[in-house]
Amino acid sequence: MMKTLLARISQGHRTTRYPDGPAPALPPRFRGLPSIDAARCPTGCRDCADVCPTEAISFAGGKPAIDLGRCLFCPECEAACPEKAISFTGDHRLAVRTRDALHLEGAALPLAKALDEKLLSLFGRSLKLRQVSAGGCNACEADVNVLSTIGWDLGRFGIQVVASPRHADGLLITGPVTKNMELALRKTWDAVPPPKIVLAVGACAISGGPYHDRPEQLGGAAAVVPVDLFIPGCPPHPLTILDGLLRLLGRLEDEGRVPSR
Amino acid sequence: MAEQLGLRPQGHPWLKPVRYRASWRPGHDAWGRKEGEPILPAVGDFFRVEGTEVHEVAVGPVHAGVIEPGHFRFQCHGERVFHLEIALGFQHRGVEESLLGGPHRQTTARIETLAGDTTIGHATAFSQAVEALSGASAPPRAQAIRGVALELERLANHTGDLGALAGDVGFLPTASFCGRLRGDFLNLTALLCGNRFGRGLVRPGGTLVDLDDALVAELGRRLEEAMKDLRGAAGLLFGAATVLARFEGTGRVDPATAEALGLVGPAARACGVDQDVRRDHPTGIWRFVHVPVMTAYDGDVNGRAFVRWLEAQRSYDFVKAQLATLPKGAVRAAARPIRPEHVAVSLVEGWRGEVCHVAVTDADGRFSRYKVVDPSFHNWMGLAMALRNEEISDFPLCNKSFNLSYCGHDL
Repeated sequence: MMKTLLARISQGHRTTRYPDGPAPALPPRFRGLPSIDAARCPTGCRDCADVCPTEAISFAGGKPAIDLGRCLFCPECEAACPEKAISFTGDHRLAVRTRDALHLEGAALPLAKALDEKLLSLFGRSLKLRQVSAGGCNACEADVNVLSTIGWDLGRFGIQVVASPRHADGLLITGPVTKNMELALRKTWDAVPPPKIVLAVGACAISGGPYHDRPEQLGGAAAVVPVDLFIPGCPPHPLTILDGLLRLLGRLEDEGRVPSR
Repeated sequence: MAEQLGLRPQGHPWLKPVRYRASWRPGHDAWGRKEGEPILPAVGDFFRVEGTEVHEVAVGPVHAGVIEPGHFRFQCHGERVFHLEIALGFQHRGVEESLLGGPHRQTTARIETLAGDTTIGHATAFSQAVEALSGASAPPRAQAIRGVALELERLANHTGDLGALAGDVGFLPTASFCGRLRGDFLNLTALLCGNRFGRGLVRPGGTLVDLDDALVAELGRRLEEAMKDLRGAAGLLFGAATVLARFEGTGRVDPATAEALGLVGPAARACGVDQDVRRDHPTGIWRFVHVPVMTAYDGDVNGRAFVRWLEAQRSYDFVKAQLATLPKGAVRAAARPIRPEHVAVSLVEGWRGEVCHVAVTDADGRFSRYKVVDPSFHNWMGLAMALRNEEISDFPLCNKSFNLSYCGHDL
């Protein structure tokens, strides 16, 4: 008993004070929201698009646009660009409410708005989620899991991952939705009592990610269920996921605190 | 081979699909299924025990935790498990087939997400294979950085597993400390490359990232802090009689079974099987630095937990030493063409055990076959054997003590 108490004292209090206090510092090399400065693009240059592993970069009128739903936030495009027209900022805030909002052309990302009043009155103080991994590689799953540890303590917001869809208010889906998981995902969705919501976490769940062109998968959660919140990343940083959840529940109406780098 | 190529082995006692997918060769199906016939995962005959009071318990594919999907079928007599059969394939994304004709620009992203918690292990195995095929070996500094990243991956996952095992026996102090500490180790990898799982770190020819003195100092300082707390958390765990009472003797796999099944990694070493790729088939930094191989002998949950703790300490020693003596020079060699009609076999000791990649190239130097064997492929059967004659309520504890990858198996 004494040893346990001493260990507890030595380990200290470790829960982040965010969002009331500063967000945990992100590493200097963290790749968050990309920034595109199309004015720097040399005429006819497509170097960024040519190296992108998920064909997330397209050109319209000679200007690059990034589909953040497909983007893996890997360093390839930034490294390939001869003029530094594409770079990754340290901004972790990436969650949006619609798939179209993830097409980034240099303008600001329309960050997720809160649920409507009726849903907010139901879920605002207590949101129970069932997680379904449908082809996820265990990275998104791991960084969802981490939110329940003492470092983040998701429970203080009334958000909890529950063991059964019968106890849930919605699904948190990871993975591209493999054909072999389609039926299980549908059944899990059907088992959640309405009204219910769906969160798609990670590039795979939004678009199929690295597997978007494979016939073994369906290209993300929206192929099977209606999605209310899209959280990009490969995987999204826990802070990005938390930011999305808090915005959806109307707890981050301002622009949110951006951690220092 | 039966599933991908439609070859039916002769004399096989009970041939079952591994990943529940159609054959790569239309018209050739090992089970005689017609083309276009739906193939449903985990649908088929399971081994059954019959008799009075024998009952069957089916679990999954969707589980209670935040975890990947798989189906478990238990044959029980009361609480006692006679037999467990595990049916996977729900995670199948067609990785091996998608690598054919490569390397493509998509290849590295698929390698890094083969098994997301083993990003460094698989990316290193892939890079070594390409380097062997092209003759462009990674510079010494890159090899050291890869080694550091591989051991940080081991530290993070072993720490997470110790915490999860503590949680499964209701020992909350270590469960909560390790939950946080796992993240601290992942953050060290993020310091290196910006991503907590090491994406964008290892590439054929070396690494995409380098370290400066300030970063080396910061890594060292934070490693020291995390390790101090991990020592405290692990000390509590293995010093608690209530924990040992639950760990010891539970989920035992005897050494002969481990050898016969070809178990790998901590699951094998917990049974006294003295094998480790880092020593037995060293590549990269492991040719110059030797990490002691840690074994136990009881093959139970306690053995698998304790081997993890011992290995975590050796990984810490290694990372600390490497940070102090990083070789100078470049971190990436210039790419060279991949040789046609060659074969490369690449082995890495990932945190779960032996990661094996085999690449065969065609006349144009593209992959005509790329085979991936994640350590989980070997070890799932070990979990099934560990459950025999155990109480079904001990399944979560036994499962956690193996902590296997579903997507690494299903590919």
